[in-house]
Amino acid sequence: MYPAKFDYTRAGSIQEAIQLLQQHGDDAKLLAGGHSLLPMMKLRLARPAMLIDIGRIPDLKNIRTDGDVLVIGALATHTQVAASDDVRRLAPALADAAAKVGDQQVRNRGTVGGNLAHGDPASDLPPVMTALNAELTLVGPNGSRTLKAEDFFIDLFTTALEPDEILTEIRVPAAPHSAYAKLENPASGYAMVGAAVNLTMDGNTISDARVVIGGAVPKPTRASAAESALRSNALNDDTINNASTLAADGIGDWMGDIHASEDYRKEMAKVYTGRALRDIKVAS
Amino acid sequence: MAQAERILGSSIKRREDPRFITGHGQYTDDIQLPGMVYGVFVRSPYAHAKIKNIDTSKAIAVPGVVAVYTGKDMESDGVQPIPTGWLLPGIKLPNRYPLAFGEVNHVGEAVAIVLAEDPYTATDAAELVEVEYERLPAVVSAEQAYNSRTQVHDDIPGNIVFDWDIGDKEKTDAVFANAPKISKLHLTNNRLIPNAIEPRSAIGRYERYTDEATLWVTSQNPHIERLILSAFVLGIPEHKLRVIAPDIGGGFGSKIFIYPDEAAVLWASKKSGLPVKWTATRSESYKTDSHGRDHSTEVELALDDSGKILGLRIKTLANLGAYLTLFGPVTPTYLHGTVVSGVYDIPAIYCNVIGVCTNTICVDAYRGAGRPEATYLVERIIDHAANDLNMDPVEFRRKNFIAPDKFPFQTQVAVIYDSGDYDKALKRALEMLDYEGFQREQVEARQQGRYLGIGFSTYIEMCGLAPSEVVGALGAQAGLWESGIVRVHPSGKVTILTGSQQQGQGHETTFAQIVADGLGVPIEDIDVVHGDTGRIPYGWGTYGSRSAAVGGSAIARSVQKLQDKIKKIAAHLLEASPEDIVYEDGKAYVRGAPNSFKTFGEIALQAYLAHNIPDDLEPGLEETTFYDPSNFTFPFGTHIAIVEVHPDTGKIEVKRYVAVDDFGNVINPMIVDGQVHGGIAQGIGQALYENAVYDENGQLLSGTMMDYAVPKATYVPNYEVDRTVTPAPHNPLGVKGAGEAGTIASPPAIVNAVIDALKPLGVQQLDMPLTAEKVWKAIHQTQPAQGTNGH
Amino acid sequence: MSTTPITVTVNGKSHTAEVEPRMLLVHLLRNVLNLTGTHVGCDTSQCGACTVMMDGQAVKSCTVLAVQADGSEIMTIEGLAHDGNLHPLQEGFWEMHGLQCGFCTPGMIMTALDLLQHNPNPTEEEIRHGLEGTLCRCTGYQNIVRAVKYAADKMAQPAAATKEA
Repeated sequence: MYPAKFDYTRAGSIQEAIQLLQQHGDDAKLLAGGHSLLPMMKLRLARPAMLIDIGRIPDLKNIRTDGDVLVIGALATHTQVAASDDVRRLAPALADAAAKVGDQQVRNRGTVGGNLAHGDPASDLPPVMTALNAELTLVGPNGSRTLKAEDFFIDLFTTALEPDEILTEIRVPAAPHSAYAKLENPASGYAMVGAAVNLTMDGNTISDARVVIGGAVPKPTRASAAESALRSNALNDDTINNASTLAADGIGDWMGDIHASEDYRKEMAKVYTGRALRDIKVAS
Repeated sequence: MAQAERILGSSIKRREDPRFITGHGQYTDDIQLPGMVYGVFVRSPYAHAKIKNIDTSKAIAVPGVVAVYTGKDMESDGVQPIPTGWLLPGIKLPNRYPLAFGEVNHVGEAVAIVLAEDPYTATDAAELVEVEYERLPAVVSAEQAYNSRTQVHDDIPGNIVFDWDIGDKEKTDAVFANAPKISKLHLTNNRLIPNAIEPRSAIGRYERYTDEATLWVTSQNPHIERLILSAFVLGIPEHKLRVIAPDIGGGFGSKIFIYPDEAAVLWASKKSGLPVKWTATRSESYKTDSHGRDHSTEVELALDDSGKILGLRIKTLANLGAYLTLFGPVTPTYLHGTVVSGVYDIPAIYCNVIGVCTNTICVDAYRGAGRPEATYLVERIIDHAANDLNMDPVEFRRKNFIAPDKFPFQTQVAVIYDSGDYDKALKRALEMLDYEGFQREQVEARQQGRYLGIGFSTYIEMCGLAPSEVVGALGAQAGLWESGIVRVHPSGKVTILTGSQQQGQGHETTFAQIVADGLGVPIEDIDVVHGDTGRIPYGWGTYGSRSAAVGGSAIARSVQKLQDKIKKIAAHLLEASPEDIVYEDGKAYVRGAPNSFKTFGEIALQAYLAHNIPDDLEPGLEETTFYDPSNFTFPFGTHIAIVEVHPDTGKIEVKRYVAVDDFGNVINPMIVDGQVHGGIAQGIGQALYENAVYDENGQLLSGTMMDYAVPKATYVPNYEVDRTVTPAPHNPLGVKGAGEAGTIASPPAIVNAVIDALKPLGVQQLDMPLTAEKVWKAIHQTQPAQGTNGH
Repeated sequence: MSTTPITVTVNGKSHTAEVEPRMLLVHLLRNVLNLTGTHVGCDTSQCGACTVMMDGQAVKSCTVLAVQADGSEIMTIEGLAHDGNLHPLQEGFWEMHGLQCGFCTPGMIMTALDLLQHNPNPTEEEIRHGLEGTLCRCTGYQNIVRAVKYAADKMAQPAAATKEA
């Protein structure tokens, strides 16, 4: 309940935050909403010597569109994302997922950037961002680079973010035929299985599909067999059943705990992939 | 003139609420004393280990740290182990010290306490206390304890702390040997963490120059706390120790027991000369609050061909954890074995309970305490037997109910049921539910491949604890009467002093209703004082649904005594005989002459002035009752759940929940309904979500609220509740107690409903909690997986 | 380790304090400002007993550092009633028996306040969903749902009256 001691400083800008990160090295952690980091610090499972509060950096809170691309500032909260008409229109999977993170109080404080940078496998946003083929902007001492979400998540609590980099922005290409379904842990509310799907439609035919499983695996993982089964097929019950049955194929590293075994999660990945697919609305 | 609604029996708003809804309740952790320091415990990370050495030097060097004490410090100060409150024949009692010094026997057992100026610093320093442990093998489950050669305590062979039975073994065995049919189940009653939302907390203050000690503590029974800490553990004279239980944020049994932390905090205050506060963090609570349930049971029912029950045989292993706490021994024995007859006329019963110790936190009373375990096994085997006989579960129950004309009814397991009409509650519940309508719906649903199920629980419970002579004969080291003083002040205002201790039950309202009704005084003129040994008479506190039946009866008796005295004074003033005085609505008059009266206020003033009262009457207007009930009370009722099982995920949806309870007379229906609601939610929690899980090393895997599922608002249905009224015949209010019924009745209703839903698949038994995975596996093991369903 | 100066407005009153960076907002409220109506029921951000309004949104004050609240407007349960008049939510909890032990109540009321701000006329299901972040062990939630509904209805009344007038 009582975090260990640390020093605290506020960064007024991205550049200042990067300088502070360079100065303090591995001992420093960035603090945004704090809803991933502070719970670990309260249990003393995390004990950074220095917290750099980036929560007040201007302009990182905005959600805007750039043509058909949704641009989400890293400090946008889940509440903002869930309430955004642009997000609902352009990326319904993200709106669904943001509305299912934690609870209302958590969504009010927790940020999209903080959530992604934490790399928690039980988190809702990583599989969604991967399915949506989102691009993450990482700013470091040598300027900025972009990474596809798929390349950003490496393993349990491990991302491609360098110690002196900041995730500033997430660009989400329009994905109007996307959805997210989740089997939640009854205690924590985290995903035991999360299935994010994103279809590219040509009329009623699926021209491309991304199906990503989260919650049950160390990092968001594409269900390639399910994707293949969707591609070039009409979006109907047969296609959905066929694809969802394949949603666990080729995925090896299922996780289990006292709440749900590996086997059950594997089976539920199929069920929830089916649910997400059935949630997709295609205007006829 | 319209008859004013009688205050006794009406749903008046709670009088305690204004302080709570505005943030002005005062819970233990809200109290700040000048010069107070904060205690943080150093706790064992191991389930079983010898303590080789403790080095406190680094901790004491932290700036802001005032003191660090270990178990050795307490031992050398003469501190004694915390006793249990209930002895059984042949019981083995391991010693539990406030701070362990030789051996630790569960994860979280305290070995040292650090005092510092603030809790952050104390936590920092506690991390620096270096404890050298020699690890020992751990025993975790009851089966393991019973079967393994590994011992928790060197002096308790086989880990068996008692081997207890009730009923007639020979007779029952004979019945089973000749029974035409036997139904049999193995059941586990899952281990639960009580989860009062307010964590435990204690503040000790010892004043060196007066030797007066005060302990503010999250307690359901401050006088028991005082008795045990003074006379048994710390050696503080009882009259020098004041125990105050301020507002208590839920207890559910977990705040009955006298915990090591509380003793250590008070002792540390004495040792340091400073007031010391300690408040558990939630994960600390999970490791150190006594848990509930944790039974493993074989139950058998012998039947004749017509469906009449011939006999019941039960063998239970009860996991009691590392030590025997206050009611640890009685919970799985006398609070369990005595109600296994349920609402059924069973001619032969034998129940054997073996209590074992393990390297887990202690197990003791949690809401219902023993009776939920009994009700679960009875109502499960009843449903299971009905299924074996291919009989409707309602018909089977009715066939075996104790008939209404058989009361008082002597069961085969010692107790005498005072009153009951079991079919009345069942009938009302079936009406509310529309049983026939549901049966049609179920048939249709099954045709559509949907899994709807109905579950019954026609429960009984035993509460109103308890006749002192009876419990004394059974091993209680306590009386279980209750005290109630009604003090009328000269101005006609009233203070009630009660030994009952509320943790959310609304005593400040219901007890005032009893007095307002009996004395004809506006309720605004009445206050209730509880929870302070410095203000109230000795009392035994609140648990076992005893506050209304025993504490309320004490108050009602005092009211009767006051009425007598009021009549005597009025008779004297009105120059009449007391037998001719009518006292109603706060006025006393001579029968037939209501226009010439003395008011309650006039009489109260006269009682204190004593200028003109009868010669044989003492002045003052205050009555005390120590009420000892002549029997337990036996609330009963019918709970019915309707669930739908979603076969693709195994998730269970509780679609309807109907509860008809008989608590006898009811003082405040709104409050009683609230008790039922909350009880059902906890029972649904046990049935579907909650589980305290240890790994094989005795580490608590469900160690935080991230891993132990306390039901959220979306997990529970709307409850449809009603009551029948069969007054308790032996107490002045005719009340029985309502606090635990919901928790007792609901787990089997839910489980029976799920089993019924899965009947087409041949599933006959599942152990709680019925997690989605468990149900899904049961479905898919009996029926080959068909890929994804539900489209 | 250093301390950091902060200024927070709590229930309309500005407070300045020097705090250790690690101090949680809930401890600032309870231990420094003596506003003990906000409670602590867990250590993993689950129970919601510590919920307060921060800049108009419900937050779990056990998961916010006091330094993060620097410059913020906080409202605790103690600031909800005005001039001795209970807020409709407080009234609803009292009328509908939405509390028993009272420990979760301040956090529950604050959680419900956030819900009613963005959904003034919630269905029962929406109320239950909106309260997911706050745990009650006593009531079984049914009367809490009724209390929130009571408040929603009551809060809708003055607006309707104004329209009519």
